[in-house]
Amino acid sequence: MLSNYRVLDLSDERGILSGKILGDLGADVLAIEPPWGNSARRQGPFYQEIPDPEKSLFWAFFATNKRSVTINLETSKGKKLLCKLIQKSHFLIESFRPGYMNDLGFSYDEVRKINPSIIMVSISAFGQKGPYSKYEATDLTGMALSGMMYLTGDVDRPPVRVSSPQFWSAGGASGAAGAMIANHYRLKTGNGQFVDVSCQQSIARALSHAPQIWDLEKYNMKRQGPYRPVGQVNLRINWECADGYVNFIQPGGHTGGLSMQNLSNWMDEKQMGAEVLRTTRWGEIGFGRLSKELLDKMTPPLEKFFKTMPKSELAQGAIERRILLFPVNDTKDVFNHPQLLARDFFKEVTIDKQTSKLKIPGPFITGTGSPPRSLKRAPTIGEHNLEVYGEIGLTASEINRLAEESVI
Amino acid sequence: MTTAFSGVNVLDFCWVAIGPMTTRYLADFGANVIRIESIKRIDTIRTATPLKDNQPGINNSAYFANYNGGKQSMALNMGNPKAREIARELVEWADIVTENFTPGIMERWGLDYQNLKKIKPDIIMFSASMQGRGGPFSNHPGFGPVLTALSSHTNLTGWPDRVPTSPYGAYTDFLLPRLAVAAIGAALDHKQRTGAGTYLDMSQLEGSLYFVADALMNFSGNGKVDVRNGNKHPTFAPHNAYPCKGDDRWCTIVCMDDAQWQSLCNIMDRKDLIKDPLFSDTQSRKVNEEELDRILSKWTSGIDPFHLMDQCQRHGIPAGVVQTCEDLFDDPQLKDRQHFVFLDHKIIGRHAYDGCCFQLSESPASYKPAPLLGEHTSWVCKEILGLNEKEIRDLVEAEVLI
Repeated sequence: MLSNYRVLDLSDERGILSGKILGDLGADVLAIEPPWGNSARRQGPFYQEIPDPEKSLFWAFFATNKRSVTINLETSKGKKLLCKLIQKSHFLIESFRPGYMNDLGFSYDEVRKINPSIIMVSISAFGQKGPYSKYEATDLTGMALSGMMYLTGDVDRPPVRVSSPQFWSAGGASGAAGAMIANHYRLKTGNGQFVDVSCQQSIARALSHAPQIWDLEKYNMKRQGPYRPVGQVNLRINWECADGYVNFIQPGGHTGGLSMQNLSNWMDEKQMGAEVLRTTRWGEIGFGRLSKELLDKMTPPLEKFFKTMPKSELAQGAIERRILLFPVNDTKDVFNHPQLLARDFFKEVTIDKQTSKLKIPGPFITGTGSPPRSLKRAPTIGEHNLEVYGEIGLTASEINRLAEESVI
Repeated sequence: MTTAFSGVNVLDFCWVAIGPMTTRYLADFGANVIRIESIKRIDTIRTATPLKDNQPGINNSAYFANYNGGKQSMALNMGNPKAREIARELVEWADIVTENFTPGIMERWGLDYQNLKKIKPDIIMFSASMQGRGGPFSNHPGFGPVLTALSSHTNLTGWPDRVPTSPYGAYTDFLLPRLAVAAIGAALDHKQRTGAGTYLDMSQLEGSLYFVADALMNFSGNGKVDVRNGNKHPTFAPHNAYPCKGDDRWCTIVCMDDAQWQSLCNIMDRKDLIKDPLFSDTQSRKVNEEELDRILSKWTSGIDPFHLMDQCQRHGIPAGVVQTCEDLFDDPQLKDRQHFVFLDHKIIGRHAYDGCCFQLSESPASYKPAPLLGEHTSWVCKEILGLNEKEIRDLVEAEVLI
């Protein structure tokens, strides 16, 4: 869809998702790297655990659908080259610490002088200005300050972060949304603008209703481990099974009641049924209205039943019987999830010119009129220098000279 | 002032979380969003806590309000065939139709993309569903936290010796709207350039996988299945949440190089540790992480978390208080960014909405409170559909406009 647009993606491992999203939507995304490679290439995991900038599996995902161009931005010739690219581009994305683009001579005020219609997206931990804007941040400290960590983890242990690093990716996703909103304004007015993304806000906006609960009830929601408050009760959501865990919740209400009745029938079939499950009139219990007494009685037979089967078998049975039970997938299970396979979600690409093909997630959206679901492998360092610099009018000998002078 | 989406009309069938949050971005930046709702099939988060004065009521939920600010609400009982006719008329008004029902419902109402296209050839349709259209699990129902389970976020969150914890809330549902908005923006651009409409089908599971991609790549490239590991980092220590003064108060501290570690030792007034071979370089700190965490915890437990963060940050050490929701409302940075926006809701009164997580310099977001159910039914009927008072009354009596 965005094939008319060129994106200069100066971001490092922090803002790298933004350009990836625009690339998935069809834009020509140029990863602008220093000649020694983007620092995102030093992010693990590494293919065969070889810490080589051309073997980063992190890069292999986040740089798909991008081309790579090298520029040493700390040289004056490099800066001139960036000016030339800015003139011929529609978006510029960066995620350096606030102030660095200004030091380079590429603050938004400078960039707009070169190209008034460009949209510049800056992704930073806390935003470009404000009391925390110069704070050091990592995924862990960012998740803490955003409010997500306090809400996640076991009651009797310290709060925990969420899965893989989230903080910067949340900001990267915000950057892509902001860029496309600014783009619509540009379609109408011809004007570019500056998009200032805060990763802290990007996570603080993913706290469900917890901030509103503080606002209205002056109550701080707390972490609850594998349980979830539903209405008046705390319901277990993650359960042990034969080879891992499954997600099962019985919240009451119509859908929940039906699901529970179906599960009880299944347990009867397997001679593992329980009186309490068989005789309770599930359809009559309102959403979030199970009594503590009922929960205490129903839990042991469920625990026993789930432990008899692996998650894949439980999940398959749940689909057939319309039970609200799902596997707690590990990363291996994700690659075998039948729905993802049926939708052909994983694509096979190489991670550099030599290696065999690897399965890579994406793109994130399908449809008609949207880009075909093909992924271009992540580029090697400066792989498209000749091609791109040729496109903006440099001759082969000029490009060679820049390479000799270590500008590119 | 021209806003980014002024003049863009959105017919919004979305409900619960991911859909309404997507269309709220559109409303914040100036789109005309008309939410189709009905008392006959109430959006479940209209009844979800927190509620005004803790009293049940379809207009009392601040949870609902937060995801629906700036939209208009039309009461339309889609179970009624006449209502479906009216919906089709509204499609002519719309540039974009959005929905996130279980696949099959829009089809049943004759409002799937193929049918919408017949009414308006250049329509843009956005659908989100748990696992996407097509495939064996397309119609399997489920609740929010399921997606973190399916996408491996749950399995990677918590402690190695315990059942996994779940990230709070329907976590990925709150990140994916940004991918959705980017895609909708691209579809609008495509329409402007080519005159062609687009159908966008988002699988919430697939989008969720973008936020765990590095772990997936480790399996894909190396066959390694990552495991949850509390707050530990594969390379660096200290890297944890440390107990502080107060009830359930914590501050995260991370050292990524020797300089940061040495600064931390200075703040702790433990210069002896700088020379201690147990902690002298990144590798030894990682190997002796448990001992390191013990020493740090003993020190931090008497210190106010905000004071500790401030001390660390002054010396260039990454640190962040594990903030409660109460803290977020007092956070000076979030205040500076106007993260919480207080708006007057007709029933709830003045309360907090989340502001946008990015700021646009030329066409900023503007915020309005959420509508009451059906608040704009009569306006839509008159101004868009051209109905008169009597026709509207008749449709209400016939249980179409409820």
